[in-house]
Amino acid sequence: MSERNVDPMAAALFTYSLRLGDDALILAQRLSEWASRAPEIEEDIALTNIALDLLGQARALLDYAGSVEAAGRGEDDLAYLRTERDFRNVHLVEQENGDFAHTIARQLFFSTYQLFLYEELISSRDEMLAGVAAKGVKEAAYHHDHALQWSVRLGDGTEESRQRMQAAVDRLWPFTAELFDTDEVEAALVSQGIAIDPSTLRPRWDRSIGDVFATATLTTPPTIWTSHGGRRGVHTECFGFLLAEMQYLHRLHPGVSW
Amino acid sequence: MNPSASSDSGSLWEVFVRSRRGLSHVHVGSLHAADAALALRNARDVYTRRGEGVSIWVVPSRSILASSPDEKDAFFDPAVDKVYRHPTFYELPEEVQQM
Repeated sequence: MSERNVDPMAAALFTYSLRLGDDALILAQRLSEWASRAPEIEEDIALTNIALDLLGQARALLDYAGSVEAAGRGEDDLAYLRTERDFRNVHLVEQENGDFAHTIARQLFFSTYQLFLYEELISSRDEMLAGVAAKGVKEAAYHHDHALQWSVRLGDGTEESRQRMQAAVDRLWPFTAELFDTDEVEAALVSQGIAIDPSTLRPRWDRSIGDVFATATLTTPPTIWTSHGGRRGVHTECFGFLLAEMQYLHRLHPGVSW
Repeated sequence: MNPSASSDSGSLWEVFVRSRRGLSHVHVGSLHAADAALALRNARDVYTRRGEGVSIWVVPSRSILASSPDEKDAFFDPAVDKVYRHPTFYELPEEVQQM
């Protein structure tokens, strides 16, 4: 946010909208990489449908962030012209697709979080955030169901599918803690009834994921280390490559439209 | 897991979509899925992504018994010249939207 704008509440709202919007945008970008590459055509369409749902959420949130910032930046400027350190998404959503099990594990972890977040955010005193949540909660509910169905089938499936699903859960587990990080941005907005303190979603998330693991005969990994920094703009190695692909066209042809 | 899954991508399912209340489910196509629950979700993703439906049925394709082309004459020709079977000999009120 530009320094001439000194309203701390507007600055917090800008950052909060970016965090939610960037989570949706970057996961949409990852999921869209499955187009034409999914295990079967039905799943190809399912994953890209989910990507488009998330992209719609991202557009609304980034457009709102731009209007809160009031510096003339629109959704395209924020999506295509920021550099790596200015993105505020969690590390989980930028992790590479891996095999189908990795994508499903990432979907399970994120959609469970986003579903619970949107369910709470519906009652935000910020009308725009409440509106995004009200529309997004139905989408998130389907994304969650999709991930849950596949998690159970892969986990409680063949020996190979179970091994792959467990490997995916183990690989991505360290990235789940960051979903529940909270700092002064959320704190300022929570006190105004605008934002949700993500740490309050953790107990419900733990129970829900635990239930899925039990049904899918998967083992909850031990927490050896956790990854943090995305909310402050510090990202993992794979993120720069994602941005290069996502932003290439817009940077080559500034202002290009369909 | 579903013991009837016949291949990696599962068995074939026929999809029927009701576009709105009051209309019948209409066959829209088929798809592959490992089991019934996934077939229903695949049908939602493949056939209702542009707001086409309010209800979906999925049916295992192997459960459908189809008439054979060899039986075409015996099955259908006898009905061709029985014009009196058509309900066209009375006036339809304008208020009737769906017949």
